[in-house]
Amino acid sequence: MDLVLHDVEASAAEREAVDAVLGPPDSAWVGASERSARDLHLARGGHGARAQRHLLLPVLHAVQARVGWISEGALSYICRRLTIPPADAHGVATFYALFSLSPQPPVVAHVCTDVACQAAGGVRELCGELERRLGPPGSHRGNGNAIWLESPCLGMCERAPAAMVVRAGEDSRETQLAPARSDDLLSLMGGGSEPAAAPLAVPQAGQPGLRLLRRVGVVDPEDLDSYRAHGGYQPLRAALDMGAERVLREVTDSRLLGRGGAAFPTGRKWEAVARNPRRPHYLVCNADESEPGTFKDRVILEHDPFAVIEAMTIAGIATGCEHGYLYIRGEYPLAWERLVLAITQARTRGFLGEDILGRGVNFDIELRKGAGAYICGEETALFNSIEGYRGEPRNKPPFPVDEGLFNQPTVVNNVETLINVLDIVLEGGLAYAGIGTEQSTGTRLFCLSGRVSRPGLYEVPMGTRLQDLIEMAGGVAGGSLRTVLLGGAAGRFLTPDELDVELSFEETRKVGTTMGSGVVMLVDDSVELAPLLQRIAAFFRDESCGQCVPCRVGTVRQEEALARLARGRARGGVQAELDLLDEIKRSMRDASICGLGQTAADAIESALEKLNVFEPAAEEAP
Amino acid sequence: MFGAGGGTSSYREVQETDVILLWGSNAREAHPIFFHHVLKAVHKGAELYVVDPRRTTSAQWADLWLGLHVGTDIALANAMAREIIHAGLHNREFIDHATTGFDAYAAAVESYTLDYAEQTTGVPADAIREVAHAYARADRAQLCWTLGITEHHNAVDNVLALINLSLLCGHVGRYGCGVNPLRGQNNVQGGGDMGAIPNKLPGFQDIEKNPEARAKFEAAWGTPIQPKYGWHLSEMLAAMERGELTALYVLGENPAQSDADANHVKELLEGLDFMVVQDIFLTATAELADVVFPAAASWCEAEGTVTNSERRVQRVRKALDPPGEARGDLEILYELARRLGHDWGQPVAEEIWNELRSLAPNHAGMSYRRLEELGGIQWPCWDENDPGASFLHGRLWADPPEQGTLAPFSVVEHDPPVDEVNDEFPLLLTTGRRLDAFNTGVQTGGYRSPLDRGEELELSREDADDLGVRNGDVVRVTSRRGSITSPVRVQPALRPGLAFMTFHFPDQVETNILTVNAVDPKSGTAEFKASAIRVEQVTDEVAQADAGVREPAGTGAD
Repeated sequence: MDLVLHDVEASAAEREAVDAVLGPPDSAWVGASERSARDLHLARGGHGARAQRHLLLPVLHAVQARVGWISEGALSYICRRLTIPPADAHGVATFYALFSLSPQPPVVAHVCTDVACQAAGGVRELCGELERRLGPPGSHRGNGNAIWLESPCLGMCERAPAAMVVRAGEDSRETQLAPARSDDLLSLMGGGSEPAAAPLAVPQAGQPGLRLLRRVGVVDPEDLDSYRAHGGYQPLRAALDMGAERVLREVTDSRLLGRGGAAFPTGRKWEAVARNPRRPHYLVCNADESEPGTFKDRVILEHDPFAVIEAMTIAGIATGCEHGYLYIRGEYPLAWERLVLAITQARTRGFLGEDILGRGVNFDIELRKGAGAYICGEETALFNSIEGYRGEPRNKPPFPVDEGLFNQPTVVNNVETLINVLDIVLEGGLAYAGIGTEQSTGTRLFCLSGRVSRPGLYEVPMGTRLQDLIEMAGGVAGGSLRTVLLGGAAGRFLTPDELDVELSFEETRKVGTTMGSGVVMLVDDSVELAPLLQRIAAFFRDESCGQCVPCRVGTVRQEEALARLARGRARGGVQAELDLLDEIKRSMRDASICGLGQTAADAIESALEKLNVFEPAAEEAP
Repeated sequence: MFGAGGGTSSYREVQETDVILLWGSNAREAHPIFFHHVLKAVHKGAELYVVDPRRTTSAQWADLWLGLHVGTDIALANAMAREIIHAGLHNREFIDHATTGFDAYAAAVESYTLDYAEQTTGVPADAIREVAHAYARADRAQLCWTLGITEHHNAVDNVLALINLSLLCGHVGRYGCGVNPLRGQNNVQGGGDMGAIPNKLPGFQDIEKNPEARAKFEAAWGTPIQPKYGWHLSEMLAAMERGELTALYVLGENPAQSDADANHVKELLEGLDFMVVQDIFLTATAELADVVFPAAASWCEAEGTVTNSERRVQRVRKALDPPGEARGDLEILYELARRLGHDWGQPVAEEIWNELRSLAPNHAGMSYRRLEELGGIQWPCWDENDPGASFLHGRLWADPPEQGTLAPFSVVEHDPPVDEVNDEFPLLLTTGRRLDAFNTGVQTGGYRSPLDRGEELELSREDADDLGVRNGDVVRVTSRRGSITSPVRVQPALRPGLAFMTFHFPDQVETNILTVNAVDPKSGTAEFKASAIRVEQVTDEVAQADAGVREPAGTGAD
């Protein structure tokens, strides 16, 4: 590998942070300060060195957490340790929003300004107060030790407004704060005490009839035995008794469809990998939940982490994977902590690792943390991120079942999809298929947020009417309902007279919308729509990976046109701008390689069509 | 090898091999096209081992780099052989079937223990064992080398030591296996194939040992051919020294700058009665000539063929007329012949080629039409139905073995470099190439490159600290033959005691004033790779200015 490194040294703290992940360097060629006699006559590299590439993100995280930013010296040391050209590593580090390559104070508050928090209210007041006390985002007037930044959705929409405080140092710490009041946030930034545990986000908790949420709020998420006392690890035992073939058949019979948004039949995906002769196979659990308004995976991971681990284990056994990765977004510190704890406990007790339950099968899980990139929720971008590259989606085909993680056959499933498997194994695929509708089996999780009376995570059978779901959550809070955003920023706005729709894949498709990631965000007539649409446009512009032109340019043009409309400065009249937005939408939908660009105009398009956000003047109407 | 002067394998076979052992070669920079085939293999999973005194950019790609002392290749190779034999990893089937002299060879390498090799080469014994086992255990393995092996006073012995390893493991004559000397310049293979070497007629037909071939050429050319070998370049220089060689015709070479002990070479060239130089540039050698023939470039300005390292003959076509008074090599030669009283007519390239096909059986099947249709053909190609050969020496695996075609093991012994390091000359200078420059810079000196910093004496950090010099400082470099000044660059790829220079910038720093003209009697190659030097700080301002970092590239022709 051709390495041309600048002559800049890493600080002691930076080296320590890197070495804590990689171990000390074993020769001067990879960063030891003294050349040994052996170093003068031999060096190892090649396949062994390149095989460490996947450790790039963990190492960048380590330096960012320790020092608060990643200096050129630190990056240079990382490159030497991992044999990565510096330009390449720089490209990776700058891709992820949670890494800073310029000096940054140790304390950073990320304040959510995304749609769900905006719709719920309180964001503008919070940001205004922070600006008065600390200066605009990114500046550190007043307190040289801390800054605040505007952030995309932090996944705590049920308790808006949300914030997260990151404190770098030897005992680095990330703290979620929601609802975030300015005094509490400033106190936390100044080193004040941690907030009390947040209230549970599941209004149905403990009610009979729940399946996916059965244990949430009931079990102690930090105790394996509490999990086992509530039915935990019975499905794994059953799966081991049934054998891989039978598990595959039950999952196929269940007609379970993927809950991540694409609604692909899980059984077919599993079969394809299980039958693929190339080894090894990999399993990836996609917990990079970043769709604005979505928090379902967070609730599961925080309150029932063992369920996810158990479901992954069953999936691994069924599809011939011995190695699983769980990729969780970087903004979920509590879920991360609980997963670390749960995986450790599961290993200790023989539920993970080699010879699981003495049955001669092996499966283990490696946790990976995202670093602030929505696009990594796209499965192939997620593979690249695990492998230590920029999270840019790959062209398909080849599909992950043929060439996924490390170019090997890979099963990739969303958290919610996976935990459905636990009941499927216990009760059988056909019994499971009896729940929900003909084409959409099982239950579904919905994230209710915005101007709703009882925001939170709800579980209902597929086929439930949207209107009924909203009523379960107490209906609109405050004024009268103006619109509902279904499916997230990549979803669509519905008008109040469209709420009769049944929540199933087939019915939502029929009316031209999508359940997406289960976002149900209510907007009443007190909320201004134009800023909401601009926020969505800004989100996609910011999160576009920039790889393909229609999306890289289109998301910028879309945001600009909306900004002109919002300021009343339409170029060539409102209709001309709407036509331009329509053209941009079609370019992005037809020519982007991944879902981000293809859906970046969906929500905006639906709002412009149905909600009369910007009305053409009478004389220019077509 | 074994009678044929070419690499035994195709590029595709390099891509499809399991282990590549790159010995004395920085192909990443000196053979970038070949290295791209190596990288394809590496990306498909092949293991790469690099043996080189420097941890070069090639070595940075290797699974394991063995940094031996300069000129200890035979000690390393023989120790690997002993280890392979002791571990029972040698290919007995192949050795019995296709080779001779194994017992004597095995006895000769017995004294090359791993401990001895570690002391001699500096490479830790466990690493030697590891590479020996990796090479021997591989199903397919390629052994490739370049001038790190051949630019020594015992060049042929070095090559034989490596060939011994391939015979020991049966890594030759099979698809994906082979021994490959990488060729330094475009068509250097073709030059040898066409008889531009002192001991062979075109098609590797020996002048002394093959009287039938000689008679065939005499009949075709209508002139007697002397029944003895000619001189190679080093012998020519010696003959000039003795006054026996007084006139010289130089085609496309720049010996005034490319040869070891350059001051001495220049004196010899100046002492000639008469010298003609035919070249596309007015080189430093051409400046010493009595007559200069400006020639067309063989790329784009001439018809013909070139032959690459995998023995593939390919067509080149004329697209442009040469500038000014320059003429094609062919035209210059037949016009010269005519003026000397021989009417050769005005043959075109294809006619000459067809004559070659009629005289060199290994090229017989390569008509221009077939070369175009097949995108080039690898020799040997015996007739027009022959597709050519992907690899050579498949005969070694023939069953039953063909009579008289067994491959011999050769007993070779370690023999250190001629120029000894001592207190007066404490550093060893080795020379080589960089990616963006070509030979003496005649063709590359006029182009800008972001990597081009001109000539530099590369030193290890430790030696630079001892000498109290930093990047860019000008130093005086002195060998037993001469002295030059050069800027310094600290190079982490070097170990203490080892220095490195190129010979790409002779107009700025004439590196070959330092090198030793210790010539291998069997190949005629000088020991460019090992010269003892001493380095001193320069305070003299004139010398500083002389050797200062060169003007940016592109300021003028050489």
